[in-house]
Amino acid sequence: MQFLFSTAITVASGRARAWIRKLQVQARRPWDFLFRGLTYLLVLVVLCTVVGIAWVMLSNSLPTIQTFGWSFLTNEAFDPVHNTFGVRPALFGTLETALFALIVALPLGVGTAIFLVDFCPRALRAPLGFIVDLLAAIPSIVLGLWGAVVMVPWLQNTGQPWLQKYLGFLPFFQGEIHGYSILAGGLLLIVMILPILTAISREVMLVVPKAQREGLLALGATRWEVIRYAVLPFARAGIAGGAILALGRALGETIAVTLVIGNQAASPSLHLFDTGYTLSSVIANQFGEATPGLFQSAVLEAGLILLIITLIVNIFARLLISRLGRERVGGLVV
Amino acid sequence: MKTAAHLFQPDRGALHLRRQIANYLAVGLTTLFAGAAIFFLGYLIVYVARLGIQYLNIDFFTQPPGAEGEAGGGVLPAIEGSLIIVGLAAAIGVPLGIFTGIYLSEFGRGRIASVVRFLVDILTGIPSIIFGLFAWVLIVVPQHHFSGFAGSVALSIIMIPTVARATEEVLRLVPKEMREGSVALGATESRTILRVVIPAAKSGIITGILLAVARVAGETAPLLMTALGTNFSRISLSRPMDALPLRVFNFTLDPFAADHDKAYAGAFVLMMLVLVTSFAVRWATGGFKQR
Repeated sequence: MQFLFSTAITVASGRARAWIRKLQVQARRPWDFLFRGLTYLLVLVVLCTVVGIAWVMLSNSLPTIQTFGWSFLTNEAFDPVHNTFGVRPALFGTLETALFALIVALPLGVGTAIFLVDFCPRALRAPLGFIVDLLAAIPSIVLGLWGAVVMVPWLQNTGQPWLQKYLGFLPFFQGEIHGYSILAGGLLLIVMILPILTAISREVMLVVPKAQREGLLALGATRWEVIRYAVLPFARAGIAGGAILALGRALGETIAVTLVIGNQAASPSLHLFDTGYTLSSVIANQFGEATPGLFQSAVLEAGLILLIITLIVNIFARLLISRLGRERVGGLVV
Repeated sequence: MKTAAHLFQPDRGALHLRRQIANYLAVGLTTLFAGAAIFFLGYLIVYVARLGIQYLNIDFFTQPPGAEGEAGGGVLPAIEGSLIIVGLAAAIGVPLGIFTGIYLSEFGRGRIASVVRFLVDILTGIPSIIFGLFAWVLIVVPQHHFSGFAGSVALSIIMIPTVARATEEVLRLVPKEMREGSVALGATESRTILRVVIPAAKSGIITGILLAVARVAGETAPLLMTALGTNFSRISLSRPMDALPLRVFNFTLDPFAADHDKAYAGAFVLMMLVLVTSFAVRWATGGFKQR
């Protein structure tokens, strides 16, 4: 017992001595000490900000969480007059626009990436890739302006009547034609997520070992078969990760969608012609009138739900991408 | 690979033809997709530029907005506001980002570092309106008025992950030998980082900062609920301020054609800002060369 005790003291004093020694060394180099201290402090500020965002959103939406509970998710009306709040149409609109955009953009993005990696003349590869990246840099307000002033009237007069005439048997293309619609929001989202899908697909296709392509070519495969059997299976996890990251971006996009989606809740349906709401457009439309109390809390809970959805989507995407054993995807910080 | 080897045997009549057709189809479709993406970008730039340039004149940059729905007037308050809000956001966000990057590259080991890296990555994926909501409930609601400062806070958080990851990445590219050489000459840790590692990585860090600034300069959603927008030239961070994206947003919401024209002019300025930055960065980093 005494032996254990003395050992513990020796170990502890040894630790303490090492620690003091370390401090002495650091005191001899005050600038190192200060620099490290400053770095740790600022990193701590960043960490506190991230945690703080989650905390602020959660604590400020407590009133509606306590009042409505889960029914906040299923309640149709976001109605400050009667003090009853729910985000069912917005939640549905968010998922519907984002999924629609992803389903259309995924083949487009992967196809563009295949072209840029395999079929495109070598000299054009870098410039064309850069041009697609540029699409990602266009501010969403510019797309929103074009969408509201050019695309929506076009949809109303030409696009939607045409779709209804020829594809109207599908449930997606039925209903009243307004121009402002879930379809319009989804179309803008396609443009916004296409570059990130292309960039990530391209990066993961570029790291496919050369031997794998050449082996298949030597077997007499066509260039498409090389992609089909050697490249795509290898790149699948990365493309899936990129698709989910893109989904996360589409779920949270605010300004462009708010300008074209109509901001009127229709009851959830598959009709892409209906006007709609998304969680972010609810926030953008309602915060201005939000009086303290339940109304304000409801706006924040809409934000909280959006935050939780995008967090889950992003974490899932990162897990998929990190399965490739790479923290970053190529030269791209995503 | 038995089936595959069998499949790829050349000259098997109908099978061969089918494979050729599939190949041409794939080439054609992917070319079409890529062409569509590039065509749309070109169309958008030309469209916005064609309408926007008509309304770009001296007044546009030096006058406050005129009456709603009438031609004339400018966006001076928006330009002032954007410069101030983005400037302050950079003053807050850039140091935080750079030091986080330094931590991740130079000091960060083990579990804590991977937690920091994970949270920084997560920060990239959070929609920008959440940061606006955060600044709104933290600053605007208690103060009972909108302010440019709240906008700067929201934008600064958006800048952190971009700057941090860019910094980390370029610091890691600095060869170990340079650090060792510096330490062997008797330099302390902080001196090595500040005088050897960072200067070597300077252009990469500046690239990251430029991209982050260009990105937040075009952000609208977080400013909507913080800076709010105003028609007046008021250089006071504690009051509502205008910003270029907000101005374009408000012009877009107006039902008048004259305001839409002004919106195109503003959008053109914003778009050029981002495109020129991207081009400059790509040119400076030699990205036009082939890999």
